[in-house]
Amino acid sequence: MTVAQQLDLYYWMQLARTFDERMLAYWKQGRGVGGTFSQRGHEAIAVGAAYALGPGDVVSPMHRDLGAFLTRGVTPREAFASLLGRQTGRTHGRDANFHGMSNLERGIIGFISHLPHSLPVALGVAMSFLYRDEPRVAMAFTGDGATNAGLYHEVLNMAGLYCAPLVIIVENNQYAYSTPCRQASKVESIAAHAAGYGLRTTTVDGNDVEAVHAVAIAAVQRARAGGGPSLIEAHTLRMLGHAVHDGAEYVPRELLAAWEARDPVIGYRRTLAASGASAKQLDEIDRRCREEVEDAVAFAESSPWPDPSTVTRDVYAVGQEPPSS
Amino acid sequence: MPQVVTNTSNFGFAGVDETASGRELTYIAAISEALREEMRRDPRVLLLGEDIAGEFGGAFKVTRGLEAEFGARRVMNTPIAELGFTGMATGMALMGLRPVVEMQFADFISSAFDSIVQFAATAHYRSLGSVPWVIRAPCDGGLRSGPFHSQNPEAWFVHTPGLKVVAPGTPADAKGLLIAAIRDDNPVIYFESKPLYRTLKGMVPAGEHVVPIGQARVARAGESLSILTYGAQLREALTAAERLSLEGIECEVLDLRTLKPLDTAAILSSVRRTSRALVVHSANQLAGVGAEVAAFIAQHAFEWLDAPVARLGGLDTPVPFSPPLEDAYRPSALKIYEAAKALASY
Repeated sequence: MTVAQQLDLYYWMQLARTFDERMLAYWKQGRGVGGTFSQRGHEAIAVGAAYALGPGDVVSPMHRDLGAFLTRGVTPREAFASLLGRQTGRTHGRDANFHGMSNLERGIIGFISHLPHSLPVALGVAMSFLYRDEPRVAMAFTGDGATNAGLYHEVLNMAGLYCAPLVIIVENNQYAYSTPCRQASKVESIAAHAAGYGLRTTTVDGNDVEAVHAVAIAAVQRARAGGGPSLIEAHTLRMLGHAVHDGAEYVPRELLAAWEARDPVIGYRRTLAASGASAKQLDEIDRRCREEVEDAVAFAESSPWPDPSTVTRDVYAVGQEPPSS
Repeated sequence: MPQVVTNTSNFGFAGVDETASGRELTYIAAISEALREEMRRDPRVLLLGEDIAGEFGGAFKVTRGLEAEFGARRVMNTPIAELGFTGMATGMALMGLRPVVEMQFADFISSAFDSIVQFAATAHYRSLGSVPWVIRAPCDGGLRSGPFHSQNPEAWFVHTPGLKVVAPGTPADAKGLLIAAIRDDNPVIYFESKPLYRTLKGMVPAGEHVVPIGQARVARAGESLSILTYGAQLREALTAAERLSLEGIECEVLDLRTLKPLDTAAILSSVRRTSRALVVHSANQLAGVGAEVAAFIAQHAFEWLDAPVARLGGLDTPVPFSPPLEDAYRPSALKIYEAAKALASY
């Protein structure tokens, strides 16, 4: 990995982190619209994996993957405007928080709250690449909680069966809302049981962005070369509650402290500094991120609300509106 | 007018398609023809579902021979995973393909519910993109197939913003609406009536034949009252109307054909003319599509009505298996005849 790529990874993670902290402060001030989800602890997985994709590839991130949305082309302006439900957001106020960040032209498919449901859609995207003999790859993110749903298993089975160019990233952050993994399943290794469906599986430290990136690159290259689907189980800890309303008192303090010491963004800054990046270089990236995020907040705040008279538009594709009764 | 060739059924499994003579086709042959013609016309069209590939050609043989012509890539067998393969179709559709999913029985569509109503139906509103898939759902009963092979679940989907729902009742519409559904940029659920598969024949235009989604059709003109119906009950309604005509009651039979969006102009035009309305469908009556049609008529044609809007649908029970029970459950030409006669003399 080149120094420029390393600084790139740091930039995208820091951008996600800076955005997240600004967003949380905004919500604490009571200025947010509805709820929202902190990204804290997930930056290395989201960025490291998405950074492995090529220009024609398609990604389907989940609600902890602002880093993936940004890396693949959603702008901080669009993201903050989406959070505030403004006309300039990606869905013009139709969909909430990180759900509403699809951009098919850029190969980004947003998620719905029913988490495993991005997986079959990403599989279909991958199958469309096979159908047209295109050397493209689909990457889908999901959480440990979703791996207990039947749909997850249907998708793994079909991905293996059809040898789909699909990379699934399971972000094992140890909690599904308030329920620890061990209270939801006897399965100790998500990667191990996925292997039974014919996927190549890897487990990786989800707080080490270069490690995540390395396994993601391998999986993407394999899929592109016709080698079939892979699943990467990346371990981390969700550092804050499920959503902003949740204090997550159910997470033991010592567990949080242990993972706090392994913070993916602060840790990577330390790694880069130790390997020769100057403090000035890194500070400059931090400054740029703060500037972009402040610009995004200002843009969102000055953006118009959607016009209520447009509420019934776009339920159907253009020219396909049903007659009103 | 469609011709009734027989009133019995072999559940649609056995026998050979009677596609031979001229342009008169069975209902099921019209469906197969629509698929074949659209696949020839548009390389983006592909089929997926359980058991549909190869010479087996699906539980009802609708897709028989299509893999031989178009290859395995375009006629894909799936595992028994309705939720998963419907979501897969959504991903394919977002990327510009036009998947036609065969739900082996409409009853199994509940397994795919989230994928349809949560993901696909909301995708365009959420600025994700259009989802031009079609789900073919073989529905309806009268075939002694019990609670899980006889259902008519169209109301769930009519209630879902973002979907279109069609339900042809003739071979010509079976072809024309399927072609329209495939060409539509939105997710369309196509309810094909199993009891009509091999028992209903009718003239079907050869080649290009598109029946626009959203247009009802006057299947029989009359002044005494309007019977509004769709799917397999169209044939029942026409049979009843024939007999009522002998008694001097001239029914107008409006074939709704599309259930979402409803052709409200055609409904009003018919009911304001006849002043009496009977809404009929095989699905259970409570909160069925007929409830919406009846409410619409009550709201927009109240001053024209000479009688309360009448409804006839299935009972509010699971679809029973045993013949006397299923016959008690389900509307029929005889029940329509009785209901229409009562309405005419109100």
